[in-house]
Amino acid sequence: MVIKRLILKIGIVICFIALNVLLKAQDVADNSQCLKCHGQVFYEYHNEWTDQVDRKPLNPFHHIDSVKLHTSVHKMFACIDCHSMEYETFPHSGELRLEEKYKCMDCHGGDETFAKFNFEGIEESFMESVHYKASDERFNCWMCHNPHGYELALREDKPIVEVVSISNNMCLSCHDNKFKYGLTSDEEPKNMAEVHAWLPKQGRHFDKVRCIDCHTKVQADILVAHNILPKEEALKNCVECHSANSVLMESLYAHRARENRAESGFVNAVILNEGYIIGANRNRTLNYVSIGLFGLIVLGLLVHLTLRLTLIKKK
Amino acid sequence: MSGKLYLYPIWVRIWHALNAVFFLVLLISGLSMQYSNPDVPLLPFNLAVTSHNIAGVGLIVLYLCFLFIFSFSSNRKHYKIEFKGLLQRLIIQMKFYTFGVFKGEKPPFPTLEEAKFNPLQQVTYVVVLFILLPVLIITGLPLMFPEVIIDNFFGIGGTLLTALVHASAGFLASIFLIIHLYFATMGASFFSNYKSIVNGYHETH
Repeated sequence: MVIKRLILKIGIVICFIALNVLLKAQDVADNSQCLKCHGQVFYEYHNEWTDQVDRKPLNPFHHIDSVKLHTSVHKMFACIDCHSMEYETFPHSGELRLEEKYKCMDCHGGDETFAKFNFEGIEESFMESVHYKASDERFNCWMCHNPHGYELALREDKPIVEVVSISNNMCLSCHDNKFKYGLTSDEEPKNMAEVHAWLPKQGRHFDKVRCIDCHTKVQADILVAHNILPKEEALKNCVECHSANSVLMESLYAHRARENRAESGFVNAVILNEGYIIGANRNRTLNYVSIGLFGLIVLGLLVHLTLRLTLIKKK
Repeated sequence: MSGKLYLYPIWVRIWHALNAVFFLVLLISGLSMQYSNPDVPLLPFNLAVTSHNIAGVGLIVLYLCFLFIFSFSSNRKHYKIEFKGLLQRLIIQMKFYTFGVFKGEKPPFPTLEEAKFNPLQQVTYVVVLFILLPVLIITGLPLMFPEVIIDNFFGIGGTLLTALVHASAGFLASIFLIIHLYFATMGASFFSNYKSIVNGYHETH
């Protein structure tokens, strides 16, 4: 019995060490102390006044999805790298809620490492957005980009449906959530399906195209446009996407279009890998063959007709 | 000597007329979608999609009606291909269209009550009605509900493949249309066949 327990303890220690080694190897910070409460729906603590263990629900706005955190782009940061060290004390001081949070540009701005992503251009574009202007400049990056779970999609070459889902869920996290929407507005969010009732094949569009593909103006100098337009200015003309000069080639498929593409004979071949857009995809070879064939047939029939009419007249 | 044969009963004429209307709408809207261009729109995109869908459904319903009536009517005898000696008959008919017609020869297979189509017409109509049209329907219906199409078919996108087959079949159908329209002028007179599909009476040479 004693040996069994010893083996079990050694096993647990080995697992713990292995987990730590694994986390370090993946450059993941150890935030287990914070996640003991913030990674849970309910948290427990010892109440010194009553000498009891209290169990309380965690404010959902303060909940951190630990899986997302450990796979996010910020996984290597300890919580106190961005938040005050005083958070290490529990209960947290009430004054800490007044702490000024870091903004994206505090780290990403003016840094050569990130120069190619043009964060300055993104900030400029964001400041033109209806979000920023309509919220008395209270709107910030974190309202869309969850710093505790942000993952790269386009640059990681994830499938387009996944890119679209990640992107659209950012929008829906407010536009389909009256509590989060309430952070910037006194109104309730509108029903997205009703607002987009005019859009044919709504579900298909929502699965295959990002909200921002219609609700922003494409900017060549940044990968993802951030100047969310007022709703009246959103794209509504089908052929903006459904044509050889599809705007999607400058937005959703821009990254893939820049990366790649051997000539396949298809117009906008990059779209073909993950979908098909009527009007935007066509095959040059088939076009030429069909026009040539059709022309020859019409010519043949015209010659036949001319000969017929001439000979009939002669008779 | 010229005579008249009642070859096209009212249901055939209605079916033919509706077919023609749906066909034209599908052709124009299909071309407009496939080659949509914001600067030179043949039809506004949403109108093209809507009209293509409506005409497509119309054509399917019409085709089903045709199949139903066809299977009970005597009309189906005209579509029964006699394979024995078919190649020879086709060559004879083609020779007539390429040479004989200019020499004023009589058609080798004149229109009769029991055989209203010449061999070339018969084969063409069978191919169009029982191969081309089903292909257009089978590929067109899923394109109306693209979520039912498989994402990948041996490395090629399912929707792309369906759309390619649909557009290619549509192209062949447009070729059929233009040839059909021209050959209809080769009746007893230039417009006699056009008249007969309205009044039902075929004018013989």
